[in-house]
Amino acid sequence: MTTLPAATQKKLGLVIDLDICVGCHACVTNCKEWNTGGHMAPLTDLKPYGAGVDGVWFNRVHTFEVSVGDDCRTVHFPKSCLHCETPACVTVCPTGASYKRSEDGIVLVDESKCIGCKLCSWACPYGAREFDTDAGVMKKCTLCIDRIYNENLDEVDRVPACVATCPAGARHFGDLGDPTSPVSRLVQERGGYDLMPEIGYKPTNKYLPPRPRRTRSQQIGAPEVLEPAGNGDRLLQWVDKLLSR
Amino acid sequence: MHPAFSVIFFTTASGAGYGLLALLGVLGPAGVIPAERWFGLAALALALGAVSLGLLSSTFHLGHPERAWRALTQWRSSWLSREGVAAIVTYAPAGLFAIGWVFLERNDGLWGFFGVGTAMMSAVTVGCTAMIYRSLKPIHQWHNGFVLPAYLALALVTGALWLNALLHLFGLGHWAVTATALAATAAGWAIKAAYWWFIDTNAAISTPNTATGLRTGRVRLIDAPHTEDNYLLKEMGYRVARKHAAKLRLVAHGTAFALPLVLTAATAALPPVLAAGAALLAAASVSLGVVVERWLFFAEARHAVTLYYGAEAA
Repeated sequence: MTTLPAATQKKLGLVIDLDICVGCHACVTNCKEWNTGGHMAPLTDLKPYGAGVDGVWFNRVHTFEVSVGDDCRTVHFPKSCLHCETPACVTVCPTGASYKRSEDGIVLVDESKCIGCKLCSWACPYGAREFDTDAGVMKKCTLCIDRIYNENLDEVDRVPACVATCPAGARHFGDLGDPTSPVSRLVQERGGYDLMPEIGYKPTNKYLPPRPRRTRSQQIGAPEVLEPAGNGDRLLQWVDKLLSR
Repeated sequence: MHPAFSVIFFTTASGAGYGLLALLGVLGPAGVIPAERWFGLAALALALGAVSLGLLSSTFHLGHPERAWRALTQWRSSWLSREGVAAIVTYAPAGLFAIGWVFLERNDGLWGFFGVGTAMMSAVTVGCTAMIYRSLKPIHQWHNGFVLPAYLALALVTGALWLNALLHLFGLGHWAVTATALAATAAGWAIKAAYWWFIDTNAAISTPNTATGLRTGRVRLIDAPHTEDNYLLKEMGYRVARKHAAKLRLVAHGTAFALPLVLTAATAALPPVLAAGAALLAAASVSLGVVVERWLFFAEARHAVTLYYGAEAA
């Protein structure tokens, strides 16, 4: 049913720390690796070894440069489905293939009902849905539904593949509907925000902003001014004289 | 947005068909068009043929056309589903109206009632088509108040010009139909001109800053996530070159509105044979014009996802 649940028991999602992400694309790779054998398998690749390579991916890392006053900084920006609270990708679906789970808020596609009209991908401003031209159906991030509830995995591994693999700890998984959960506290403390709030889809995933850059030496515990080396040392004075010739 | 040919053909052909059906359904019972069998057969066959071919072609771009019936199930939330349901429901009054006109040569009384029902359902169906686009928030050029009236008006313009041409061919030309065609074309032109003015002068609410949440200054893509175009860029990233867009708009202004207006006005003054020729030419011109207009509707639409791929504005 493409009408949305009035409320979900949990709001499972990701918190992505833009201050920490180093843009290594490990989350992109592990996402592809897990999901091409997972719930929405396969993540079809077309012409994978030739020119014009194309394929389905659920997670992408963009790299931006943003001006900060006279300065600027590089921000690596991972982006996958945000599992919105009011996702139009679900309500526009004419067949009931797209749905939002009432128990945990995860947005999924039932491939057996999808007619491949692509309207859901038009409705998503975040580019979360990618069409599999080979299978003729729409595919998307499942928040690794086949990992997070998978009792065959060790408990520590019951997180999405992108979170499990991040070597920098830039991705966090949890219940954003519970204000006391570690992810909710992180959002609270760091001023986590929504992407494109003006569209009004209320994304569940949150982004943590880069921390202000420390530009003064004192901020990292170094002395404010460095003393010139070698004052009073005769050998160094001689070397200085010699080299200054 | 990528202009898929099947969708352009569907929206223009079914739009013209529903416009023609609606006018037959109203002007027949109103006594403007006589219940003449062969005219009725030609007009209703053209209208229902255009609608049916359009609907059929809309399934060609689907990944799984054999599952298309499923699209009738989610009318509670989906405009696409509502469009499908409305299109099928319209066949009921339209079929009865056609039986009355073609077999019984009646388009008044109860049969006229079916005509009015056909007109109402035609408007609802075209309205649903428009709402599919109008409801998509990530596309500024679609999510605005001009889209619904433009779709309704252009269906009426093409339908009216087709009707005027058919009536002249059968020697049944009527000043009220000519006047309707002129008024519809003028109104359609005004709405479409306003639409183009709107998209030229108003920016989308989303920007690279809101897309990334990085709000300290200018946001610039320095490294794309992949080296080749992916589905998102092929489907949503299509953009027509600005100079071509300007030329194509001129073509649309000329063929969809200006030329049909002149030719239709001329039908009132010309002798019957020449008038029929002018009316036919007007119908051919508007048919080309709406295809160009619809192609531009897609090609000029910029999707918010392009903001993640280096677009400075959507």
